[in-house]
Amino acid sequence: MADKIATREAYGNALAEFGDKYPNLVVFDADLSAATKTGVFKKKFPDRHFNCGIAEGNMASVAAGASTAGLIPFFSTFAMFAAGRAFEQVRNSIAYPHLNVKIGATHAGISVGEDGATHQCCEDIATMRSIPGMVILNPADAAEARLAVEAAINYEGPVYLRFGRLALPVIFDENYKFEIGRGVVLAEGTDVSIIATGLMVHEALAAREILAGEGISAEIINIHTIKPLDTELVIASASKCGAVVTAEEHNIIGGLGSAVCETLAGAVPTPVLRVGVEDTFGRSGKVPALMEMYGLTAANIVAKAKAAIALKK
Amino acid sequence: MEQAKKAELSRIATNIRMGALTAVFSASSGHPGGSMSIADIMAYLYFSEMNVKPEDPKWEDRDRFVMSKGHTSPALYATLAEKGFFDKELLTTFRQADSILQGHPDMKAVPGVDMTTGSLGLGISAACGMALAAKHTGKTFRVYAAVGDGESEEGQVWEAAMFAAHHKLSNLCAVLDLNGLQIDGPITEVMNPTPHDEKFRAFGWNVIVINGHDFDQIESAFEAAKKCTDKPTVIIANTVKGKGVSYMENQVSWHGAAPNKEQYEQGMAELAAQL
Repeated sequence: MADKIATREAYGNALAEFGDKYPNLVVFDADLSAATKTGVFKKKFPDRHFNCGIAEGNMASVAAGASTAGLIPFFSTFAMFAAGRAFEQVRNSIAYPHLNVKIGATHAGISVGEDGATHQCCEDIATMRSIPGMVILNPADAAEARLAVEAAINYEGPVYLRFGRLALPVIFDENYKFEIGRGVVLAEGTDVSIIATGLMVHEALAAREILAGEGISAEIINIHTIKPLDTELVIASASKCGAVVTAEEHNIIGGLGSAVCETLAGAVPTPVLRVGVEDTFGRSGKVPALMEMYGLTAANIVAKAKAAIALKK
Repeated sequence: MEQAKKAELSRIATNIRMGALTAVFSASSGHPGGSMSIADIMAYLYFSEMNVKPEDPKWEDRDRFVMSKGHTSPALYATLAEKGFFDKELLTTFRQADSILQGHPDMKAVPGVDMTTGSLGLGISAACGMALAAKHTGKTFRVYAAVGDGESEEGQVWEAAMFAAHHKLSNLCAVLDLNGLQIDGPITEVMNPTPHDEKFRAFGWNVIVINGHDFDQIESAFEAAKKCTDKPTVIIANTVKGKGVSYMENQVSWHGAAPNKEQYEQGMAELAAQL
C-alpha cells in the first residue's frame, strides 16, 4: 500500500506551502499546533503564527477582527472546540458579518481514537451546517485536503474545513479537480448511489468492489463540500439509481445524510439509508476497533446498500 | 482642555444623547441607560481622538471602534450620524424591519460600524484581532473598544485581556463603562466583577481610572494611553447610567426600556436645556 497521510498533516503542509503565495495568510492556534499541524506553518513563518492559548472563543473572535484589517486568518483547534466550544463566536463574530475567516478543525469524528468521547466530535457538521453562509469542506485524502485549503483561501467568506487524525491512503492524483460546491463521481453505477464524505469515501470505494462481486452496480460520489451541497448531482444520481446510501464519520443527525435526505425529499423522494454514528457518543479505543463498533465500515455500507435497493418500489 | 473645545464636545455629547433617546423612543425598545453613560466618551472619541473619514468609512488606515457592549448601539448610531456617516433622520428607523439600524450593530449594513457586536464578550476579542493585524502589517491605526461593566462578567473578556497583554497590543485602548448597573440590578449584587483596576493590572494592562463625564480627565486618559508603548490600556470610566435625563439617572429600570411620549418629551427638553 502507498504511504498513508492524515488530512490534518496535509493541512499543515498546505498552510506552509501556500504561505509563500498568499502573504496575508496568518494562522491562529489554541495550544494544539503540534496536533493540528499548524506547527508546520509556524516553523516556516514564525511571525505569522499566533498562539491564543487554551481560549478558543477568544481565538475565533480575534480571527474575525484580524480579517477586517485585510488578513486571511485560519484558526485551528480540534473540531470539538472549533464547532462546539466556539460555536457562538463562529456564528456571531465570523458568519453573521460573513468575514473572511477559515476554520481549520482537526480531530473530527470517531477516528480520534484513544482520547475518547469528549474529543470525538461527531456534531460539528450539524452545528456548522445550521449557520447561514457557512461553507463546509470535508476532504477525503491528503491531496484533496491540500486543494481544499487553497480553495478556501481563494473564497471570500467563512469556511469550515474538517480534517482527521487518522493516516489514510492517498486516492486522488494530480489530475484531480476540486471546486467548492461540486461533488465528484468517482465511479458510475446504476443500482444504488453511495454518497460519501471524508474518510468514508475510502470505505465506499471498498464497498463498491464487494457489491460488484455480487452483481450490484454502485455509483460512488465524493461530497467534499457538504455546504453548499451539490444538489444537482445528488438529485441526478438518486434519480438514476433509485436508492441511496450516505456515509459519513459524523452523527447521522445533521450531517451529510440529513442534507441528502432534505434535498431528495423535496425533489425526488428516494429511499435513503444513512451510515454514520447512530446518535451516540464515542469511546476510547484503537481506531479499527472503533470503526467496526460504530459501523463505519465497507461491510455496513454494503448491508445498507442492499437494504436500500430492497426499498425501491 | 480649552473652554471652547470643552463646550463643543459637551454640545456634541448632548446631541448624541438626544439622538440615542430619539432612536429608542422611535423603536419603542432599546437600551438608553448605557447609551447615556457612554455618550461623553463617544463624543471625545469621534470628535477629538479618532482618525476617521465619514465620506470613506472603509478607509483602511482609519482608527477602529468596537462597541463591545453592542446593546448601546443607540449611542454609536447617534455618534456616527452626528459625525456625518449617515443622515440623522435614519435614527427614527432604529429597530424597524426595513432599517439598516439593527438592534445591535451590523458592520455590513451601517457605514462607520467597524465590527458586528451584540453578544457580550465578543467585541473586545475582535478589537484585539484588529490591533494585532495593525501591528502585523505595520499600520499605525489605533483600535478602541467600549466594554460594559456587566459585560466584564463574561469569561471571554478576560481571555481577551490575557491575549492583548501577551501580544503587547499597545495600539488597543479599551474603555470600561463603569456605570454600576446591569439588567438584574447593581453589578456588585448580580455577580460582582470588581475591582476592575486590580484585575486589569494583574492581567498586564495599563490602567487609568477617570470620571467618564469629565472631558479634561477623558482627554488626559486617551493621551496617556497613546504614550504607553508596551501594553494595552484600559480606561475605567466611572459613569452615571442614564446620564443627562433626570428620571433615568442611576435607575436600573432604564437599562433596556423605552420612554413613552411624555417621558421622551421631558427627556428631550432636559437635554436641550444642556445645549
